[in-house]
Amino acid sequence: MKKFINNVDDVLTESLTGFGSAHGDILKVHLNPNYITRADKSKEGKVSLISGGGSGHEPLHGGFVGYGMLDAACPGQVFTSPTPDQMISASQAVDNGGGILFIVKNYSGDLMNFEMASEMLEMENMTVLVNDDVAVEDSSFTTGRRGVAGTMIVEKIVGSAAEAGASLAECKELGDHVNEMTASMGVAFTSCTVPAAGKPTFEIAHDEMEIGVGIHGEPGRKREKTKGADEITRDLVDTILEDLKPDNNTEVLLHINGFGGTPLMELYLLFNSAAKELGKNKVKISRSLVGNYTTSLEMAGASITISKLDDKIIQHWDNPVHTAALRWGM
Amino acid sequence: MSSEIIIEILKEVQKAYEANASEIEKLDQAIGDGDHVINMRRGMKAILEIEEELGSLKPGDALNKIGMTLLSSIGGAAGPLFASLFMGMGKVQGSDDIDNSKTVAKMFSSGVELVKQRGKADVGDKTMMDVLIPVSNLFSELVETDNLPKNEMLGQLMAEAERGMLSTKDIAATKGRASYLGDRAKGHIDPGAKSCQLIIFTICNYLINREESK
Repeated sequence: MKKFINNVDDVLTESLTGFGSAHGDILKVHLNPNYITRADKSKEGKVSLISGGGSGHEPLHGGFVGYGMLDAACPGQVFTSPTPDQMISASQAVDNGGGILFIVKNYSGDLMNFEMASEMLEMENMTVLVNDDVAVEDSSFTTGRRGVAGTMIVEKIVGSAAEAGASLAECKELGDHVNEMTASMGVAFTSCTVPAAGKPTFEIAHDEMEIGVGIHGEPGRKREKTKGADEITRDLVDTILEDLKPDNNTEVLLHINGFGGTPLMELYLLFNSAAKELGKNKVKISRSLVGNYTTSLEMAGASITISKLDDKIIQHWDNPVHTAALRWGM
Repeated sequence: MSSEIIIEILKEVQKAYEANASEIEKLDQAIGDGDHVINMRRGMKAILEIEEELGSLKPGDALNKIGMTLLSSIGGAAGPLFASLFMGMGKVQGSDDIDNSKTVAKMFSSGVELVKQRGKADVGDKTMMDVLIPVSNLFSELVETDNLPKNEMLGQLMAEAERGMLSTKDIAATKGRASYLGDRAKGHIDPGAKSCQLIIFTICNYLINREESK
């Protein structure tokens, strides 16, 4: 394992400390319990948005704390859900009297920890569960689809709505709606190495790829020989469109997300492939985002996320945002 | 009996866990995400750090404190689940009477019920419930059996835990990270079930040796 580490037990604390120092104008990092809040309190009565999850997906979620998006984020250990005491402390720190909206990715661990926090919290709170990963079959008998790169889109849209004064129930409804309009699927070329484990999470041959991989290196739909970018893209986009079933000329947001080990040059190449495929399917790209936003440590690979848009969602997407990882309009 | 025996048992469990860590880690890398052992270690370390405080508490309060400590230290799915097990045990009326088998069976069953509610998993989902539910059921049954020697009962519980753990091998998972594997999870024992079996084995073994050395 070759990584920038002093002591494996200190990776998270030292990284969070650095993150706090680098972005002191936007956010503040609190340790023990670990949570990140905005540097300045948001306005009285505003719904407070809190997300969280295992670390190793940076900039998700801490990089999205700031004006127009999250009020707080709770980072867990690498690939391990945060704990209820983090969520409760974060809630108490960012409460504006408008209630708390938790944005949670659909994994058993995240779900249970946020659920317990929600029960223990003596404050009005609701939860939006994000499950945009179409690689996993959805079923009421199983854990179901995972929450992946679509989560940041939910955070951006609902973040803007909360800033504009939407109520807790309205934020929850909008979050659920955006989640329903969003679908993602990824592919990995290499594994990732969790610092505490010290070895790659899974084995994969140099000429193989995992189609439908999860953001923790969980297996996807199938293991295949690598092929051309257009062909890989077709596989992902077609599966996503089967789920979203867009009408002709539907406007969408196309998000190409890198997993951490793939250069931007390739991500833009992938955007080009996806744009061609969407064009063939008569889907209109009206907003786009390319970059490493929901990573999986140093995994090489990428995911494609498509969100169906309407005028209201477009407006919320365009509204000003000022976070460590996303900034425009201000 | 005081809370000291709970602490002694936890230390035994920690030792047994270290001895079996690489085996459990392998199971978790096969069908999970490889962090189960790291997380369980963090939880056990956190409990033993408050050993003194736990020793000063009544058993019921100590169990609840252990649950809260696990909840804020483990994370992932194992955190809320193991926390629920302890908190469920601690909330039974009369839970300070941990010398009484009937009370302990009631406590265990209350703990397992809380885990079941939190995790929404049942027997056959390829999880820790495949060990906890059958052991809890058998335990409740055995404490009602007249003249059953304590060690005989403990031996049966160990065997039931082993059966439950092995039963997870040939089924597909419907809950947790292993569920994404579909049929690819078949042929692997569930690491959560293995952890529970190991913990139950260690506790029973400790109590048998203690009984024999009396």
